[in-house]
Amino acid sequence: MGKNKLTKRQKVEAVQGFMFISPWMIGFIVFAAGPVIASLVLSFCKWDILTPVQFVGLKNYVKMTNDPLIKKSLTNTLYYASAAIPLGMVGALSTALLLNQKLKGMRLFRTLFYVPSVTAGVATLLLWMLIFNPELGLLNRALRHQIPFTHIPFIADPPKWLGDPHWAMPALIIMALWGVGGGMLIYLAGLQGIPEELYEASLLDGANARQKFWYVTIPLLSPTIFFNLIMSIIGSFQVFNAAFIMTGGGPMDATRFYVLYLFQNAFQYFRMGYASAMAWLLFIIILILTLIQFKIAPKWVHYQ
Amino acid sequence: MVNGRLRKTTDPRVRFWRNLKTALTYLVLIGLSCVFLIPFFWMLSTSLTEASKVIVRDREWIPHPFMWSNYYKALTVLPFQLFLKNTLIITICCIIGQTLSASLVAFGFSRMRFPGRNVLFIMVLSTMMLPVQVTQIPTFVIFTHLRWIDTLKPLIVPAFFGGGAFFIFLLRQFFMTIPSELEDAAKIDGCSSLGIYWNVALPLSKPALATVAIFSFMGHWNDFMGPLIYIQSMENKTLALGLNSFRSLHGTEYHLLMAASISVLLPVLIIFFCAQKYFVQGIVLSGIKG
Repeated sequence: MGKNKLTKRQKVEAVQGFMFISPWMIGFIVFAAGPVIASLVLSFCKWDILTPVQFVGLKNYVKMTNDPLIKKSLTNTLYYASAAIPLGMVGALSTALLLNQKLKGMRLFRTLFYVPSVTAGVATLLLWMLIFNPELGLLNRALRHQIPFTHIPFIADPPKWLGDPHWAMPALIIMALWGVGGGMLIYLAGLQGIPEELYEASLLDGANARQKFWYVTIPLLSPTIFFNLIMSIIGSFQVFNAAFIMTGGGPMDATRFYVLYLFQNAFQYFRMGYASAMAWLLFIIILILTLIQFKIAPKWVHYQ
Repeated sequence: MVNGRLRKTTDPRVRFWRNLKTALTYLVLIGLSCVFLIPFFWMLSTSLTEASKVIVRDREWIPHPFMWSNYYKALTVLPFQLFLKNTLIITICCIIGQTLSASLVAFGFSRMRFPGRNVLFIMVLSTMMLPVQVTQIPTFVIFTHLRWIDTLKPLIVPAFFGGGAFFIFLLRQFFMTIPSELEDAAKIDGCSSLGIYWNVALPLSKPALATVAIFSFMGHWNDFMGPLIYIQSMENKTLALGLNSFRSLHGTEYHLLMAASISVLLPVLIIFFCAQKYFVQGIVLSGIKG
């Protein structure tokens, strides 16, 4: 940018631009920059929170390459992300489209669909543990139900969900789908911005429902889709709460997510330096994925 | 106009298919609502169950008798009025702070050109990419130096400085879609940048601002980690901390926990229900024709 001199008008705009973003810049410098730098410095140190910090160079990063749980927890996180991101995106968009119709009582339905997002919290996670309980849980009781007019159950031997290394992860992914309300709300807000004239125009051009969806709704909603995509990437790579409260990482490390392992290092084994190094590795991974998305974005995100 | 002509058809066959489609939509809506509400129903039923019957095999979905007294007990055992006051102070301040400052920052990133804009914007996003677990302790140290521990300040003041990357990014996406014709027209009318922000960008982004307000309300109303870390004395505690005491006091009292949870949850749902009047379709472009 410094190559060519700015004109006076551009200078005024630049100054005003910085004024607009100044609240964030001040907040970043005062509240965020310090802790961020501290964690970066700590990633080159050994610190158990109680005794003084000790510089160890790249040791934490080298140790990570030999830690089998790093690989395992990264794989788990990737597994979760690769299922939860597309399912969540499609789920949120379809519910938003369903709730964007002009029918009586829609406000009530939107509220009902949003209830799981509001109830999200420790209380709900405890509730889900009861639902997934292999013997008494609501889910398996329903699955063992007999098919009408026969004595054959739907599924005689349903999975043990959180108790089974192969089913614990799908259980958490199913549960995550309950929270599509947040994404749905953002899509709904985006759908409000699509002018009705465009649909009417496409109707006059003889577009059918599928064409309207692909040539009007999706392009005009693309800024919102892009937002939800980036947020799901950032969010699902840091998935933590569910595993922390419901499984503790088990069974057999099947749900030991990266951030859960990071937390355990920081606050259970008191390896703060190692945890910081882990945090920065994750930061780099998420940053690269985000930058790739920003590079691809101009091909499919239309702002005007 | 066009719409009206196409919709008001008298062909009975067309009408039949349209009614069938509406009926099917309602069926799907009601079915999905039931599925989505299962955890909520279970919560409600737990909140009305007698203490001794909460943890038994094959508990009934509909408790008998309804223990409305659970609600009275849950809301009087702790000074919930005080908690409500604190939570309201935090929540109202944060909604104002976040919508205002996030929209200002988002406007800067979407409608103004300045050197380093893209790099700075990636920096905004990158604040969400570092797991909070490793920045918590240094952040606590900062607030200790400011002597803000055990006050509401750590929970309120940061909201006024950008309001968080999530909201900045969300509003930026919406401001980007505002046609530049509208901005140019406002400029010709002698509108300053701040005027365009206030008179053009904000009114055209009402659904997005409503979304930010709802998320902000929900986030601070339910926030548990923040108050847990920064608040110690009873007189500064919030509702979320109050809810948690049902888990720690004498083991988990599920019936009281759920009764208090439902009471805390209802205001959020009511506000969400009301806020939807700002979700009106087609306001962005309808101002300009041709």
